Amino acid sequence: MQDNIKQPFQQFVLQLADNLLVMGHRNSEWTGIGPIIEEDIAFASIAQDQVGQAWNLYQLLEKDFGFAHPDQVAFTRNEKEFFSSHLVEQPTGEYDFSLARHYFYDLAQLIRYEMLSRSSYEPLAKLAKKFHGEVKYHVFHAQTWMKQLMDGNEVSKARMQSAVNEVFPFVLGIFESVEGEEALIAEGIFEGEAALKDAWMQMVGAQLMEWGYALPPLAQPVFGGGKGYHSEYLQPLLDEMGEVFRLDPTAEW
Amino acid sequence: MKIQSLDPRINRIQIDADAENPQAMLHPLENWPTYEVFHQKKRGTQHEHVGIVHAPSSELALAFAKEQFARRGETVNIWVVKTEHMMATDYSDADVFATTPEKTFRDPAAYSVKEKIDQWVAKQKNHAG
Repeated sequence: MQDNIKQPFQQFVLQLADNLLVMGHRNSEWTGIGPIIEEDIAFASIAQDQVGQAWNLYQLLEKDFGFAHPDQVAFTRNEKEFFSSHLVEQPTGEYDFSLARHYFYDLAQLIRYEMLSRSSYEPLAKLAKKFHGEVKYHVFHAQTWMKQLMDGNEVSKARMQSAVNEVFPFVLGIFESVEGEEALIAEGIFEGEAALKDAWMQMVGAQLMEWGYALPPLAQPVFGGGKGYHSEYLQPLLDEMGEVFRLDPTAEW
Repeated sequence: MKIQSLDPRINRIQIDADAENPQAMLHPLENWPTYEVFHQKKRGTQHEHVGIVHAPSSELALAFAKEQFARRGETVNIWVVKTEHMMATDYSDADVFATTPEKTFRDPAAYSVKEKIDQWVAKQKNHAG
């Protein structure tokens, strides 16, 4: 891979993996305290899938680009070296917030993997195809809840609508292009965040309307995560996530 | 024959309702209704009943069943059926099955050919011995 492509490509994969890792970690915070046991298990599984996908992507960076071992990459960097979006580092909040985030994020992941399964970079295309089925389930799970709660009583409707409105500016912030994205587009590696966001907006708009939501007010995307600028929520999450690993980084697991 | 049940989740055919022994009164459920889950390992094989999930709708029942019962091993398909749509025999009527084990004439082992086979096996034993 040529240098002008290698740099943005590594950054792109790292950003994708960091988003998945932080999202998975946040979602896993519901484990054991979910609304009912069936949902607890389903949501924990989704979190596990996301951490697993991050691991696969870090592994790709290790194998093909000489990065450190995935555990090292995941557990020893500080917030400035993490490129995840502000969306995924937001605290879990109430279940309505977590569900709205889950719906918007996983729908974007589904479209992203559909695009990446056509990527000219074969190892990434293979991973995207592998992840697609997992995310199809995530989206089914999220959509079913979004529909169910907008079909519920006045309390559930109001709470879901305000969760959607609240999370939306953060959601828009996940479509943050890496520097040099044009090269990735030109090489047929990735179709670009703008194209992804367009496809996603179309689907989100149609689905929210169909389920009886008001479209959230247009908002300024909360960018910055992709450049290593974060809110006060990321570093404490990273401290907790890597706590055990850092006790003895050379331990065999 | 009654088709009413005090258990709101299930209909039981009571072939011989016993007035002396009424069913325990069940209170309305606080939880969501239950769905029976059926799991299919391979296309063309029978779905097998594997358990229940609580859910507010059949779609969410499917979403839950996938993680409760299909997180390990092979799966190609899942069914969910609302428990109240199931029809079952009552345990107090289990006597309708009581004499079944005696009806050995329904087993292949009961056919006269079985005797022939036993004789043949015995002969072979003697021959070898």
